[in-house]
Amino acid sequence: MRYANWTLERDAEGIAWATLDVADAGANTLGLAVMTELGDILDELDRQPPTGLVIRSGKPAGFIAGANIEEFTRIDSAEAARALVSRGWSLFDRLTAVKYPTLALIRGHCMGGGLELALACRYRITVDEPGTRLALPEVMLGIYPAWGGMLRLPALIGPAAALDLMLTGKGVDAAKARRLGMADACVPPRVMDNAARMLLLSGQAPHPLPFMQRLLNGPLRGIVARKARAQVAAKARPEHYPAPYAILDVWSNYGGNALDVPASSPSSLEAILRSPTAGNLIRVFFLQERLKGFGKDADFRPRRVHVVGAGVMGGDIATECALRGMIVTLQDQSVERIAPAIARAGKRFARKFRGKPREARFALDRLIPDPAGHGVAQADVIIEAIFESLDAKRSLLADIERRARPDAVLASNTSSLRISDIASALADPARLVGIHFFNPVAMMPLVEVVRTGATAEDGFRRAAAFVRKLDKLPLPVKDEPGFLVNAVLGPYMYEALRCVDEGIAPATIDAAMTAFGMPMGPIELVDTVGLDIAVAAGKALAGADAVLPRSLAERVAAGQLGKKSGQGFYAWPGGKVSRPAAGAIPEGLAARIIAPLLAASQACVDRGVVADADLADAGVIFGTGFAPFTGGPLNFARGPRAAA
Amino acid sequence: MTEPIYIIDGARTPFLKAHNAPGPFAASDLATAAGSALLARQRFLPEQLDEVILGCASPSPDEVNIGRVVALRMGCGLKVPGWTVMRNCASGMQALDSAIANIRCGRSQLVLAGGVDALSRAPLLFSDPMVRWFAGWMGARSLGDKLAALKKFRPAYLAPVIGIMKGLTDPIVGQLMGQTAENLAWKYGISRYDMDAYAVESHLRVAAAQDAGHFADELVPLIEADGTVHAADDGLRRDASLAGMAKLKPFFDKKYGRVTPANSSQITDGATWLVLASEAAVEQFGLTPLGRIVDSQWAGLEPEEMGLGPVHAATPILRRHGLGLDDLDLIEINEAFAAQVIACLRAWQDDDYCRHRLGLEGALGAVDPARLNVDGGAVALGHPVGASGARIVLHLLHALRRRGGRRGLASICIGGGQGGAMLVEAL
Repeated sequence: MRYANWTLERDAEGIAWATLDVADAGANTLGLAVMTELGDILDELDRQPPTGLVIRSGKPAGFIAGANIEEFTRIDSAEAARALVSRGWSLFDRLTAVKYPTLALIRGHCMGGGLELALACRYRITVDEPGTRLALPEVMLGIYPAWGGMLRLPALIGPAAALDLMLTGKGVDAAKARRLGMADACVPPRVMDNAARMLLLSGQAPHPLPFMQRLLNGPLRGIVARKARAQVAAKARPEHYPAPYAILDVWSNYGGNALDVPASSPSSLEAILRSPTAGNLIRVFFLQERLKGFGKDADFRPRRVHVVGAGVMGGDIATECALRGMIVTLQDQSVERIAPAIARAGKRFARKFRGKPREARFALDRLIPDPAGHGVAQADVIIEAIFESLDAKRSLLADIERRARPDAVLASNTSSLRISDIASALADPARLVGIHFFNPVAMMPLVEVVRTGATAEDGFRRAAAFVRKLDKLPLPVKDEPGFLVNAVLGPYMYEALRCVDEGIAPATIDAAMTAFGMPMGPIELVDTVGLDIAVAAGKALAGADAVLPRSLAERVAAGQLGKKSGQGFYAWPGGKVSRPAAGAIPEGLAARIIAPLLAASQACVDRGVVADADLADAGVIFGTGFAPFTGGPLNFARGPRAAA
Repeated sequence: MTEPIYIIDGARTPFLKAHNAPGPFAASDLATAAGSALLARQRFLPEQLDEVILGCASPSPDEVNIGRVVALRMGCGLKVPGWTVMRNCASGMQALDSAIANIRCGRSQLVLAGGVDALSRAPLLFSDPMVRWFAGWMGARSLGDKLAALKKFRPAYLAPVIGIMKGLTDPIVGQLMGQTAENLAWKYGISRYDMDAYAVESHLRVAAAQDAGHFADELVPLIEADGTVHAADDGLRRDASLAGMAKLKPFFDKKYGRVTPANSSQITDGATWLVLASEAAVEQFGLTPLGRIVDSQWAGLEPEEMGLGPVHAATPILRRHGLGLDDLDLIEINEAFAAQVIACLRAWQDDDYCRHRLGLEGALGAVDPARLNVDGGAVALGHPVGASGARIVLHLLHALRRRGGRRGLASICIGGGQGGAMLVEAL
């Protein structure tokens, strides 16, 4: 038989090789057509059983990226939700039950439904390459792995490791998959086909779960689930994020089968698939995909980057570039000023390349201290990240423009100055773009790419492409004060500070906002970015004669600048916040503090700082951590809504 | 001899003195750091090099063909070949000479060549008896075999062999390098005082050169992964004095000898690179040379008098170009040992030696101390074996340019009984 998305071949030993290559797609996903064809393949093999079946990918991108999320968004009824789950559950059940041995050959990403398919095979081999990654990330979309993942993963590797993967959605690489027992072997690509053949025909029994793990996955399930629930509760509230709680419930009470959960239960697939959170998180997923698309049309491969300014921002930007394989020259006034950035990079590389000291060393090799700024002449991208002085930035970039290659991207990382004000110092002001990173650079996914009315389209596109090379999300913004993120955060932080002026305890304010779903309270955020920075940001947004909140002005006058000075609104002994207990939260406090943020988001859309409301939502979520389950500030402002 | 060889630029790491423990950088780390910084300031891209040649006397076991390892780590790309040369103490100079040869025969136009060693990382080795015992142990299958093997073990087997002592012992005559310096001291009646005074002068010259910034053009600071900065050569003793020198005991010929650690070069880690280019490459990339290498020469002599290698290598060059010692604006003789440098000067003044050993008609003459090793040498800076030959060529050019000189000669003695020399011209 011929299949649209699969090829099925039998070799001399009678092994059937099913290769998935989804038509008209860059990556394999498990849509209806693909799964129907897999059923057909099993039918065909039933008629003439093979000695074994290998399932592999024909895509260079990876194994299977997961279910087809577009299909999720089209679920319009409880019946449709049940049908979607049932389809995968029974197909993979059938795959598990076939008489001949089965093997998933996993090279590249293997996510969600893709991993559930692999788990339904008797054997799994991971191919030891950097791109190989196995995960059940459903929880991040507000849903759960209902095609057998909740049943099979705990049975395969024990509940502790399995719940950790399912509740966080985080992935493991090829070697760790082998260590955890998810894979039977982890092999280099050169022997993967041979390994698949040998393992498939070995008759080797699946490795048994250790006795203790069997107990935990059996009679002791309830205890494990209770403990895990307490850990989840410390991180996510059930009213915001129901899925992790549902995963625990389905695993411990329904044998991992979501189809058995009565529709009335909050853990039911009807409740989960149609929850506002799932709808919003899937929306956020698509927003993220949209941001990833910026810069795609530029054929730009930056090899060399020059960063001026080895402070925290500049140093960390340089570090990320070196981490991603670029050769970076890092300039500051002296080697001594560059050294702390190298030390931070050393730590980051050691963490990122744990167990691979050579990779860590090579990343350090790519980060070249350059006090004289020689690197400018060779660089493909040049980023200015010095202190926020218009004069200094103007003269620096004018000098860089003279020495840089004519095709190099010239960028400023300024957060409080106008790109156009800096660009006017250049012979060709169209060359300058803003590439605005957020602190801490390693953690924050968003990067604002700023263009003035004059910025050349090509330079802008290459800047966005560069941001993608760092695996960050570029957000195109207009050259207005605070761009998007700071323009939205400023009024929010100032409103919180005015609440402090009115006598509400900082800890109470922060508690109100974390309860709302913010990752960090606004007062702790002010302490973290620095009170002096907060003052400067306020002035940049509202003008030099803006009225500062009293609580802010007093502390800055007293030299209490927050975390960096050891004391701000909170004490920071040893760099860790010491937060007193929160008081009772006044009615409407969170709504009052969030209101200016919502208004500022809308204002940014109205002024065209971002092109549309969706981009504002994306920017505020990925740039500030704004409660993702809300789907973003403007989505939130429109009021609660059910999933599409 | 027709094709001119241009030196475009060069850089080295600070030379870091070994402190009886592995230093912070492996040899490949040192060469990568200096080379990356050097390449980042060129008018060409690293990928445009024709080859990378690195001299190294003792790469670690995971740096086999260190020249290729470093070329890749510096970002020269897959297509730039890298190789390693070894001529003991002149490995760095050999790399330059190999680059010259390939440029002259037209194989290469643009070459990165230099030298490196991390002597602090020289290994401790198992002794031969220990290795033999271990082989027997691994081969023992039964319990009886194992017990029998165990009975043969002797605690003395555990005494390690210090790799660097092996490396610094001549394999033919079995003498330590310091003992070959003792031979020269004996031959020319060089006193402990002569050596110590020379050594003090070397430290004073390096101190003055550091203070005046004379190393700034060639140095690339190193930063450890923990942020520790190494900006300058750290072997220098600013408090060097004759009284201090006198306190040290002879090391190589214990008790009765004259050569001490203080009047010898230091055991040190470091790397040096030079960019060499043909006329065509200079034009193609619009390069501005520092100078050119006019001629080079290798020579052999008795291993136990290896310290006289410089006179054997330098003399033929001078004869070929009809030059006397006074025609050289500056001379570098690598300071492996104070005694050995002094012996070179005495040999050139020795009528008999010049006639019979150098084929001259009489003594060549005296070297003006004001032109010799003007900014000090390896006694104060250290001698990271593979790097030194390249360092003296690079420094010689910078010193010539600074002082308005034109012609200079760099020479180095080589363990095993050889000498190397290069005649350069500043541009």
